[in-house]
Amino acid sequence: MTAASPAPRRLSSRRSALPVSLVVGLVLLAPLLVAAFAGSWIAPYPYDEMNIMSRLQPPGPEFWFGTDEFGRDVFSRTLVGTGSSLLMGVAATALSLMAGVPLGLIAGYKGGRAGEAIMRAMDVLMSFPPILLGILVLAVTPPAQWKAIVAIGIVYVPQVVRLARAITLELMQEEFITAARLRGESAAYILFHEILPNIWPPLAVEASLRVVFAILLGASLSFIGMGAQPPSSDWGLMIAEARPFVEQAPWIALCPGFALAIAVIGINLLGDGLRALLDPRNTGSH
Amino acid sequence: MLAYTLTRLLYLALVLVVMSVLIFLVTQAMPGDVASMIAGQFASPEVVQAISVKLGLDQPLIVQYGRWAAGILHGDLGRSLVLEQPIAPILMEALARSLVLAVVALTVVAVAGIGLGVLAAVRRGKLTDQMVSGISYLGIAVPDFFWAIVLVLVFGSYMKLLPTGGYTPVAEGVLPWAAHLVLPVVTLVLMLLARIARLTRSSMIDVLQTNYVKFARAKGMPESVVILRHALKNALLPTITVLAIDFGLILGGVVVIETIFSYPGMGRLLLFAIQRHDLPLIQATILVVSAAYCLANLVADLLYAFVNPKIRHGMRTA
Repeated sequence: MTAASPAPRRLSSRRSALPVSLVVGLVLLAPLLVAAFAGSWIAPYPYDEMNIMSRLQPPGPEFWFGTDEFGRDVFSRTLVGTGSSLLMGVAATALSLMAGVPLGLIAGYKGGRAGEAIMRAMDVLMSFPPILLGILVLAVTPPAQWKAIVAIGIVYVPQVVRLARAITLELMQEEFITAARLRGESAAYILFHEILPNIWPPLAVEASLRVVFAILLGASLSFIGMGAQPPSSDWGLMIAEARPFVEQAPWIALCPGFALAIAVIGINLLGDGLRALLDPRNTGSH
Repeated sequence: MLAYTLTRLLYLALVLVVMSVLIFLVTQAMPGDVASMIAGQFASPEVVQAISVKLGLDQPLIVQYGRWAAGILHGDLGRSLVLEQPIAPILMEALARSLVLAVVALTVVAVAGIGLGVLAAVRRGKLTDQMVSGISYLGIAVPDFFWAIVLVLVFGSYMKLLPTGGYTPVAEGVLPWAAHLVLPVVTLVLMLLARIARLTRSSMIDVLQTNYVKFARAKGMPESVVILRHALKNALLPTITVLAIDFGLILGGVVVIETIFSYPGMGRLLLFAIQRHDLPLIQATILVVSAAYCLANLVADLLYAFVNPKIRHGMRTA
């Protein structure tokens, strides 16, 4: 959407106060962040405490969201799983940024053969469907959560490279870069002191939305048994484990499902708000 | 346009070659040795050695790759170790089932998504618009496998309206066949609907503000004609592209959904192959799905170029 069209998001920008979506996003995410850091202290029961006497209990005063097939408290497991699920998304996104931003900077700044080679390599990576690329990376060795994080990181490197390169190319047209070049600054100085500070706002917006995809992909990988491993607690894994019992005890799957929904909606809103705040150019594109 | 198409086709061929090398190398690194799997658990080292010589597994990687690639070009995808059958027919059957799923889901997504998007754009800011945004948000907020479980629970277990999984061939009756498709299709639609609806909405809003549409209105055209004939035709450009990309995504990304609904398509075949360490089957499925994904992306680009007059008339920007 062009800048000329009136902003469709009437709630945001315009006013100098924080965008509403940012505030709502933060409000939704705050309890999740608390759970992520302090989950095992808040949880009413240890997440892996089995109790054969109270298998598949429905939600009640004793177990707020019921128990699973081993008598483990679903609420406690969801709380403790927050850290694992969010970590997968955040760590994978951080990895793809760490690999993607330097590559994108080089491709944009140097251009030429090196740039071309980087972009063509990214084309090949992007030619795989995301979940398949993840599976391909993961199927080599026995599954583990950190491997899933690396795999998701690799899956999203090309998008980061493309964005970083596009912004760098745009910045190269600016006068302050030309000025720096004429001053005889080194390439490293220009990249780190002139370009890098200017590309982080759009990258931050991109990263916040990328975390959502990473969390969902991580949950999917855990769900098919290639991410977090039992008996650890992770939302995707919990939903997978709940499947055989879904008719007798739907609460085991519903609790982590709702937690995922809150996380995804919260981060989406946060990203929209960040965009309104940092990158007003793009406000209003879907 | 022809030159553009040819360049893109050539490029696709290159990408596919690089992909096949990558897939080959990665599967070589996977645990599990083909020769000892064929020989069985109690075979002596000599037997294993003999089998691996017979299959050419003792030769350098590049020779093995060459033989594999040449086989594929002749339509021979190798033999599955676990199923002990040639892979090509199994794969084609699974691919056909996944294609049915993809085509039906995509048709529903296109009709419903474009419809909702236009509705939201025309009633922009009103209750209808907000309801459409709200519903589409729900679709993407929860992972597809969660929707799948909820749908199975509600329509399969509680209401007993639909089968919760499995597949029956069309030959055994159209109705049971269709009934098995409903829940997987609905899950896929929920996942993809949001993007199409939001995209159509935003490009529709853009187009509705152009002078072209204002002029059509000023001429006194009925509003429905303005919206459907003048505006929608121009607003569909980005939507068509995303639909084509989604088609590839469905083909590749159905691993999870096919598993939940025990739908015997490509995704489930791949997962089966990985769980049983069936290396030739893993290679073949990943290659075919990735190729289909690339092809769908290419079609998207070509469609875009074809519909977009700037590219159609000579401006060859890849």
